[in-house]
Amino acid sequence: MAVVKADLGACQGYANCIMGADDVFDIDDDGVVVVLRTEVEESERARVEAAARSCPVSALAVEDR
Amino acid sequence: MARTVIVGASVGGVRTAQALRAEGYRGEIVLVGEEEVAPYDKPPLSKALLAGTATAKSIGMLPERAAIDAGIRCQRGRAATAVSLRERRVQLADGTAIEFDDLVVATGARARTSPWGNPPGVHVLRTLADAEELGAALRQGGPLVVIGAGFIGAEVASTAVGLGVREVTMVDPVEVPLSRVLSPGVASQVAALHERHGVTTRFGVGVTDVVPRSGGLEVRLADGSTLQAATVVVGIGAVPNDDWLDGSGITTDDGVVCDQFSRSVDDPHVWAVGDVARWWHVRQQRSVRVEHWTNAVQQAECVAHNIVHPADLRSHAPVEYVWSDQYDWKLHVVGCTDGDQQHVLVGGGAPERSFAVLYAAADGSFTGAVIVNWPKALVTCRRSLALGRVPLAQVRADVEALQPKSHGVRGAAR
Repeated sequence: MAVVKADLGACQGYANCIMGADDVFDIDDDGVVVVLRTEVEESERARVEAAARSCPVSALAVEDR
Repeated sequence: MARTVIVGASVGGVRTAQALRAEGYRGEIVLVGEEEVAPYDKPPLSKALLAGTATAKSIGMLPERAAIDAGIRCQRGRAATAVSLRERRVQLADGTAIEFDDLVVATGARARTSPWGNPPGVHVLRTLADAEELGAALRQGGPLVVIGAGFIGAEVASTAVGLGVREVTMVDPVEVPLSRVLSPGVASQVAALHERHGVTTRFGVGVTDVVPRSGGLEVRLADGSTLQAATVVVGIGAVPNDDWLDGSGITTDDGVVCDQFSRSVDDPHVWAVGDVARWWHVRQQRSVRVEHWTNAVQQAECVAHNIVHPADLRSHAPVEYVWSDQYDWKLHVVGCTDGDQQHVLVGGGAPERSFAVLYAAADGSFTGAVIVNWPKALVTCRRSLALGRVPLAQVRADVEALQPKSHGVRGAAR
């Protein structure tokens, strides 16, 4: 299991994370990321990490729990 | 052990290195960069870094510790000068060479230089050093003349206004700003945005010369008028850094020529990523080169996958996405939005500063959007484009449904 972390203050609403993993990330009316679930299986980790790397302001991270 | 050499340490190169590890690559990764400084991100150079609210450290993309932890060997301050495909090695300016099994060309693009000479006070903006020099000049005050109303020029003008520079003028031979991505109607709204913030716009007139004059600069325009400047920024586009490959046998044509897998047409173990890549876009059925941040990141992911999984190659066929921050506007452009396609405007919560313009092809299918200050609409539009061939009417209905119910369009319009 890995844990998804989001820096809500850094988020600028670019939505790249949603395009990469819309089962994990969404956005609210103010354009701030919503983490739909904080735990991801190892099998989906590469995909979610790629979505995190696509954040232009490095607001997202996937870490070991 | 296998070794991948990545030449170019901006976002495309850094993300390729990181994605290789994420994909399970076990070989050596060498990241070669021309600049002495640690890898940094470029979008803030015309905004937060220039404004002084970000630092060289805060825009860093690959701190030393992270590189070590990921097993990425960074070779800074070393320009690549040539490639020998036969000997499988990259030649560096210091006389050394590095052998590779796979080579990723991620050398980016450089600012197109001023055709009017470079007297003191004339700047371009592409590197951290450029941004630091320009920031110091802007802190001396104005007047500032920005030549070119593309993304860099428009963002520099916006940042300069924020810094309190008096007398900012933007000049472009085209009638409207951001003309490569915006249709004229939307572009004229961006022009009005600049004017509202006190920027003088001189659109539809070219620059004929920039000459030193009485301690400053004089920008001469094609209509015979002149502009006095302390600082001039030339933002007239970029040129891919592919000339170091001349004679290597790797074909270039305004970028490294690649197939749909971002793989050089000449060698299955040479790849290109980001601004320097010209690849075959299968959905558009043409060769393209894209200078946008998100494209570099997505192409890096694709190339890393392809290096690790040669039996399961992925095509790089992204939906274009670029953003720009100007004053209090967050401007997002997705898909195809230029030319004279049919389009509709949907107002958001405060329609004068929050809206989406949706574009459609002749058959009525949605092709792209320009979205201002409305992130939810951005998500809807990007999803529709990823699906492909969604009717404009459907996207319009979906975006209209996003309008905040508590501040209806009419109420907020006052």
